[in-house]
Amino acid sequence: MIQKLYDWIDERVNITPLWRDIADHEVPEHVNPAHHFSAFVYCFGGLTFFVVVIQVLSGMFLTMYYVPDIENAWDSVKYLQTQVAHGQIVRGMHHWGASVVIVMMFLHTLRVFFQGAYKKPRELNWIVGVLIFFVMLGLGFTGYLLPWDNKAFFATQVGLQIAESVPYIGEHLKVLLAGDPEIVGAQTLTRFFAIHVFFLPAALFALMAVHFVLIRRQGISGPL
Amino acid sequence: MSEDKKKQVSRRQFLNYTLTGVGGFMAAGMLSPMLRFAIDPVLKAQGGGDFVAVVEVDKITTEPQRFDFTIEQVDAWYESEVTKSAWVFKQEDGSILALSPICTHLGCVVSWEGSENHPERFYCPCHDGLYYKDGVNVPNTPPTEPLHVYDYKIQDGMLYLGKAKPREEA
Repeated sequence: MIQKLYDWIDERVNITPLWRDIADHEVPEHVNPAHHFSAFVYCFGGLTFFVVVIQVLSGMFLTMYYVPDIENAWDSVKYLQTQVAHGQIVRGMHHWGASVVIVMMFLHTLRVFFQGAYKKPRELNWIVGVLIFFVMLGLGFTGYLLPWDNKAFFATQVGLQIAESVPYIGEHLKVLLAGDPEIVGAQTLTRFFAIHVFFLPAALFALMAVHFVLIRRQGISGPL
Repeated sequence: MSEDKKKQVSRRQFLNYTLTGVGGFMAAGMLSPMLRFAIDPVLKAQGGGDFVAVVEVDKITTEPQRFDFTIEQVDAWYESEVTKSAWVFKQEDGSILALSPICTHLGCVVSWEGSENHPERFYCPCHDGLYYKDGVNVPNTPPTEPLHVYDYKIQDGMLYLGKAKPREEA
């Protein structure tokens, strides 16, 4: 049935080469844990991506209940966590996944660094990777405020002070982020929400696309 | 495609099945909480609805009158007071009928003798829907079923109204 449907579409638009280009590529022996178990270190990049997929999905579902408004944010989070079926699990996935992404990404970075895999001709991809790292930290920072509880509020207070300490542009940077020179409040929350669900994910997808295209173009770095 | 009578599963097929199975299991484990989370409003049990005091019984006449009353509405994390209304009158047998003013056509609000052209009828201004005094829809006007009827009870001379329900076909 599915095969027939696939064949019907493939006969007309020839989709097989599309996914073969993406899916069919040889994994070199030194990257395959079946040959050398130590090759498991090559998994961290893929694991990062896997957790990012979980983050995107669980985040999409959370916005079905969440409201980015200071009056309702906390109540809506409480409601989705305590009253909605599996709310605790879905929010839990997003909450813990946020930390797991950082950990996986850090391990991936360590592997690339200690293997010297960032060296010519892969310097560009290292740079893209570092940009992804910053975007991820931004996602973590902006997402932390959204439940609008005390911990979120004061963590953001601190984060904004750090932004303010940047030479010359610090003051402006803080206002830009918080939406108000003095208050961490209504405008801060809506800004952080917009940055968290629209701007940074867009940047993340673009950077990830470049990251993956480059790795396919240049191939995985050789054995040590 | 071996012509073997045993229909052997090739190594490739076996690996394909196993990987698809394990992958599917993992994907399901990931997605099913999210889907259940998303469809929760559909599966939530409906609350029974409390009775609210509306009006003293001796104010009710045989002529339908509109009475407004407020209920406490809990909308997820937002609680508020919402005003509802009912058209209430005494029927010929002395029992009370409290009709919901929501037109069963497309949800506008009807009123008793709301149009000068249609005396002794509930009238809906949106599409000229008409109902008889007992709430039954007038044939060949847009509504397809009678006005919903509030559950009611009388306590200490007060009329209490509950939920408006579709009327069972008599």
